[in-house]
Amino acid sequence: MAIIGDYLIQGFQMLLVLALAPLLTGVVRKVKARLLRRRGAPVLQPYWDLLRLIRKEAVIAENASWLFRAAPYLIFAATWVAAALVPTFASGLLFSWSADLIAIVALLGSARFFQTLAGMDVGTSFGGIGSSREVMIASLAEPALLMVAFTLSLLAHSTQLSTITEVLDYSEVGLRVSLAMVLIALILVALAENARIPVDNPTTHLELTMIHEAMVLEYSARHLAMIEFGSALKLLLYLSLIGAVFLPIGMAHTGDGAAAYGVGLAAYLAKLAAGALLLAVFETAIAKMRVFRVPEFLGSALMLGFLATLLLFVSRGL
Amino acid sequence: MNISVLSAAMWSIVALLAVSGGAVFSVRTRVPQILVYPLCAAIGAAIGAVALWSLLTGRVENLVLPLGVPWIGSHFRLDALAALFLSIVGFGGCAASVYAIGYGRHEPSPGRVLPFYPAFLAGMSLVILSGDAFTFLVSWEFMSLMSWALVMAHHKEPGNTLAGYVYLVMASFGTLALLLAFGLLAGPQGHYDFESIRSVVGAHPLAGLVLILALIGTGSKAGLVPLHVWLPLAHPAAPSHVSALMSGIMTKVAIYGFIRIAFDLLGPPEWWWSVPLLSAGAITAVMGLLYAILQNDLKRLLAYSTVENIGVIFLGLGLALAFKANGLAEAAALAMTAALLHAVNHAAFKSLLFFGAGSVLSATGERNLDALGGLIHRMPWTAALFLVGAAAISALPPLNGFVSEWLMFQAVLVSPELPQWGLKFLVPAVGAMLALAAALAAACFVRAYGIGFLGRPRSTAAADAREVDGFQTGAMTVLALACVMIGVLPGFVIDALAPTIRLVVGADGLPLQATQAWLSLIPLSASRSSYNGLMVFLFIAFAAVASAAVVRTLASRAVRRAPAWDCGFPDSRPITQYSPSSFAQPLRRVFGTMLFRARETVEMPAPGDPAPARFSLSVSDLIWDGLYAPLAWAIGKAADRLNRLQFLTIRQYLSLVFGALVLLLTMLTVWR
Repeated sequence: MAIIGDYLIQGFQMLLVLALAPLLTGVVRKVKARLLRRRGAPVLQPYWDLLRLIRKEAVIAENASWLFRAAPYLIFAATWVAAALVPTFASGLLFSWSADLIAIVALLGSARFFQTLAGMDVGTSFGGIGSSREVMIASLAEPALLMVAFTLSLLAHSTQLSTITEVLDYSEVGLRVSLAMVLIALILVALAENARIPVDNPTTHLELTMIHEAMVLEYSARHLAMIEFGSALKLLLYLSLIGAVFLPIGMAHTGDGAAAYGVGLAAYLAKLAAGALLLAVFETAIAKMRVFRVPEFLGSALMLGFLATLLLFVSRGL
Repeated sequence: MNISVLSAAMWSIVALLAVSGGAVFSVRTRVPQILVYPLCAAIGAAIGAVALWSLLTGRVENLVLPLGVPWIGSHFRLDALAALFLSIVGFGGCAASVYAIGYGRHEPSPGRVLPFYPAFLAGMSLVILSGDAFTFLVSWEFMSLMSWALVMAHHKEPGNTLAGYVYLVMASFGTLALLLAFGLLAGPQGHYDFESIRSVVGAHPLAGLVLILALIGTGSKAGLVPLHVWLPLAHPAAPSHVSALMSGIMTKVAIYGFIRIAFDLLGPPEWWWSVPLLSAGAITAVMGLLYAILQNDLKRLLAYSTVENIGVIFLGLGLALAFKANGLAEAAALAMTAALLHAVNHAAFKSLLFFGAGSVLSATGERNLDALGGLIHRMPWTAALFLVGAAAISALPPLNGFVSEWLMFQAVLVSPELPQWGLKFLVPAVGAMLALAAALAAACFVRAYGIGFLGRPRSTAAADAREVDGFQTGAMTVLALACVMIGVLPGFVIDALAPTIRLVVGADGLPLQATQAWLSLIPLSASRSSYNGLMVFLFIAFAAVASAAVVRTLASRAVRRAPAWDCGFPDSRPITQYSPSSFAQPLRRVFGTMLFRARETVEMPAPGDPAPARFSLSVSDLIWDGLYAPLAWAIGKAADRLNRLQFLTIRQYLSLVFGALVLLLTMLTVWR
């Protein structure tokens, strides 16, 4: 019986992240609109957008290759798998051992690899500009994220995300300088990786400063829907990751009863809501930076992650 | 039945040399063009098979032939370490030969390639099998010279003679370092065979010096920064299947040489030996990629990426040495497994990528990215297979590059157990460099693939490209499958490495992986870390297929082909696409401004002036300008000065001889 329950919970998590991802984007947009004194679209609007896109006829550039048509599904699949492996409401899920934190970072790297290639497939200058800037950002954001992963793994003596959350949850760890540093680093990376202000603007179009939107400029209809869905999943993944690592309160653990899972779910929803709110406030309060300021922004994330790792190498107590 | 594996391998090498000799004598006929590559493929497969069999059965064999220096003879030895690398050489050579059956037809001067090619394979195998210093050095030089001859095959193309010259100088320098290393190892008694070097008990008095010399000698062949200068010149200059062998396989022979000396012959290690390895490896990994990102020549880009991967392997070896010196056997086995697996992986994907570049070269006549583009339409197989190689080398799960990268990270993460303070500061920095290299590799190969294979053709040659023949795509398919299989089922390969790990680290390897539940990879303990390539592969496949199926049933399937949107102003001229240099510009600005003194200048004409605006870019190679150029200048200057010695009078010569005699006698008295 237990194994069936485990399967069910793992399956539930896979569907949960799918179901929640557009809602999260909708909430962020709504809060941002309210902060700007606009009424904003309903929070369910992203779902309607996806449905609308899926029903449309796809317009594909004449010289687009099979890679262009396959990439949206690959991007979506890699992001979905990564999002399903991050503990959301419960740790120690059935398949959590199949990929650790480093593998999750690399899965996001796979998604980005295909995204940047797809941007270059049609051979337009916008696609090229988006891809080349994306790899520049990734070349700093990914090591920064890996350094965050190093720090957490050194603290927990494990790279398994489930084990990390459990170790941090039972608060043997307490407040640490290194944890504070990697929290900041992780937030900086999350902003950059999700193409949020101040690195990129998710709402901008037809602007030379855009990065993510420039790469997907040639996409339409169902392909665009898959990419948008993938982006929403990625935002959910980062918020879940921050929640699971730095705020593991209420998370259910292996062997807990149904009530614990209910509490975990409620806590998870609350964490997501808080994250969406904070993101919206932050994005409203800050201006976008020039693209060549981004390396400094991400360089500081990399340095913070590196310093945190160094501190843990020097002393386990920091 | 007791078949000697070693003698089978030796006979295969003799067969290769015979093929080489036969090709020399029949070079004016068409016979070698038909026979050499198929024969090499068969012999390579045989060498690989016997080596693999020897690795799996764990046999150790010795052989002494009455060749070479009279009172020493020639020793040959096949143990687990040699067997592993010999199987890399055998199977890599087999793949390259199969590829060459197709590729060699485009060769303008086959007579300059065919006689040397089997001899090059034989030379690499001999280095690995040698069991004494003399045989090792002779084989090493033979291998270098044969590859040099292959580099010079197209000696009329601009730049290739320079490449050959630089290669020859660096190879001699490397061999000199190795010669000194073996001289020190042999000691005053002259123990030249490895068995008696190994049997010397206790630490060698000059072990640290031997290690440094071995690092210089093998590192110059493998391409460690700053000894890498010849590699990006020479590897691309050779015909592409030879480039694949040099980059994918010969660098592994150099790695073998280092492991043999540092882990097997040199006795118990000291912790500080790892410091030069770790720092050189980390710097090489990052610098190699930064160079690669700036290259517009596809083959040169691949050669620089080889430099990067060599850095990663040496970094793993450094960690293994540090762990071994501190008696942390499990961790040492982990780091060594990571390094060896990366060597195997790199042999697979780098050969694949060089084959891909060779196919592009034979189909378009171009290896400059500026003239390529859109090949995914014209060469679908090559494009798809190159994509697998690019994804594998960028360490993307679920392919093989990720597995070795992951193991390497795991090895970094157990290193806080190292007690020395120097390493406590060095290893995190090395880990950060490794992370940076992993991210830069993806950037580099997105650029190479995106510019070369995607987009619109930038030249008529690229627009008229034709798919290459079945031998070329067949060889690439096998290697691509190997990349996928090792990535999905890494446990079996890691288990096969166990005897080698036991030999070089002196402890049991990682726990047996094939028996782990769900075939996952658990290097130390399940609570610490695990990765399951098979699961990740299945999950991704399931998620992609499921989402595609759902979209197909729910969504509109209508597709319309239309001109590119491009924000409403599509420009049909291919020159408006991003070029390789423009793609590299953001990364160049971030990393190159300091490291390469990259400077961009824009000259704008005054308003109203019809003159064109000009953009110029200057990039300088600080290692070449700062290290090699002054060295070459100093040597040239000294040679000019010494040249006067040729024009002295007889009296001056006699006084010179007298002076030398007095000097030597004085030295002798002082010495006494």
